[in-house]
Amino acid sequence: MLEKVADQARRTAGAATGRTVGPEIDVSGVAEGVTHGHAIKGAGTVFDLDGLTVSYAGKPAVKDVSMGIHEKEITALIGPSGCGKSTLIRCLNRMNDLIPSASVEGRCLYHGHNLYGPDVDPVEVRKRIGMVFQKPNPFPKSIFDNVAFGPRVLGLPDVKERVERALRSAALWDEVKDRLDENAYGMSGGQQQRLCIARCIAVDPDVILMDEPCSALDPISTGRIEDLMLELKQQYSIVIVTHNMQQAARVSNRTAFLIVELDAEEESRWGQLVEYDETDKIFTNPSDSRTEDYVTGKVG
Amino acid sequence: MSPRLPGSERTRLATAGAQAAVAESLRAQPRGDKARGTLFFAVLLLAVGIALLGLAAVIIQSAIKGAPSFGTHLITDGPSTIFPEKAGFRPAIIGTLYLIGGVILFVVPIGVGAAVYLEEYANSERWWNRVIDLNIQNLAAVPSIIYGILGLAFIVRGPLDLGFIALAGALTLSLLVLPTVIIAAREAIRAVPPSIREGSLALGATRWQTISRQILPASIPGIATGVILALSRAIGEAAPLLLVGAATFVTFDPQPLSGGYSAMPVQIFNYALRPQDEFKVVAAAGVILILIVLLAMNSFAIWLRNRYEQRW
Repeated sequence: MLEKVADQARRTAGAATGRTVGPEIDVSGVAEGVTHGHAIKGAGTVFDLDGLTVSYAGKPAVKDVSMGIHEKEITALIGPSGCGKSTLIRCLNRMNDLIPSASVEGRCLYHGHNLYGPDVDPVEVRKRIGMVFQKPNPFPKSIFDNVAFGPRVLGLPDVKERVERALRSAALWDEVKDRLDENAYGMSGGQQQRLCIARCIAVDPDVILMDEPCSALDPISTGRIEDLMLELKQQYSIVIVTHNMQQAARVSNRTAFLIVELDAEEESRWGQLVEYDETDKIFTNPSDSRTEDYVTGKVG
Repeated sequence: MSPRLPGSERTRLATAGAQAAVAESLRAQPRGDKARGTLFFAVLLLAVGIALLGLAAVIIQSAIKGAPSFGTHLITDGPSTIFPEKAGFRPAIIGTLYLIGGVILFVVPIGVGAAVYLEEYANSERWWNRVIDLNIQNLAAVPSIIYGILGLAFIVRGPLDLGFIALAGALTLSLLVLPTVIIAAREAIRAVPPSIREGSLALGATRWQTISRQILPASIPGIATGVILALSRAIGEAAPLLLVGAATFVTFDPQPLSGGYSAMPVQIFNYALRPQDEFKVVAAAGVILILIVLLAMNSFAIWLRNRYEQRW
């Protein structure tokens, strides 16, 4: 079922390769009033979160998040440490399933279908929603085998072509085309992270989630990956968690700001969505004073 | 300081005095501390020395005692009760080879399978999994003679009723070293960092695909090392084999699935028990032989680990 939905979304948005944001933009996925701030009309939403709450062993880590993530855009999640950004992004491809004590309440819709529905297979979800992690995690295999792993286990055809296409899209092909058989661990940190992005792209996902992809990298590699993100958003919807506000301002179309809430006796803390709007507005004219304090650097 | 000295002279004297004080303080050390440190170091050296001495004593004594008997006949000839000069270890060597083969055949699939289950599928919070955990550690410490009794009761006789054949000996030894292999395989699997699992699952691979295509290939060096070390223990065990029918006197080449068999440690034991001194020489030669094999196996295991160890 999920496959049909994703295929439909893809077909409406353009061809399988060389997708462009054309005039026919699918608006059927917009849910009313799910965004904080003013409702955005136009581009369809990939995800619709409604009252999403994630708890670990009964203790909430992030509460009551309602927002819509739009297609072919870069959506940034920013906020101080501990506000649940990583927890939230891991909900979107059911990676929180790997943590036995994690539980999810509320709704998380992907192209209108509940990601946590009873007949949804997390493996199928992850085929369409890929993830790049904070610390580059290439497999202990050759560069080619790293990128080919996804297509091979998913049984996709034309593995060699896919690998080359993915490495080109990740701006890595020219650097590695002569040493595809070398171990991936011989690459620098920035190259390894681009390899992880290529690996993710090789399975033709719909969405790419990035959990602080540049925090372990030097500024030059960070710049290259940010350029890469701006290219990739023409084909994929991207959600990025970042500690670096300036990065969010540089690359994202929309930004969500979360904070840490403490309860009265300071016994527990959880994350809360404060404001979610177009990036320009968040950084120049935010509606909430807490947002303004954060983006101007008054609070850390 | 005399006020009649010029300012720069006063400064120079002050600096020199400060430097001398610092040098003195750096040099000085309470003598009790230093003596204690040296004594501790000496005790540590003594501990290492005693350990090495014990091993050296065994090797040197066996080498000296067994020297007269060295020759290819040790490997090619069968045992003899009458002619110590012609006594060899051939059936015992063949028997040991069959035992090694049998142990590898049983212990690798069962041990690795158990380790994969315990590390990847079992929920470690459930009490029965913790009981299994604890008991595997215990089983590794059970005396080997107990495994011999187990083998006699259930494999040679009892439900399996295989009789006194080499296969029964291999099964008994497999049970003996299985806990060690499970523990080593678990360590190797656990050493693969969670980031590799997450990376694989995030691509849409199933759990089984992640295990078979990422985790097991990455942990093979650790598993191989564990298996080789377990094997080298199995080779040297005489007690369980005595109970399971490694007859001490076999003159023909043993077969794996029928007939009597022997093994190196048992044959050494047999020769050592003989009243004639000449046979003790043969026993000593056998000890050297088995030590060479063990040394070769362990060195190979260490080389394997160093060569293929994955530095995460």
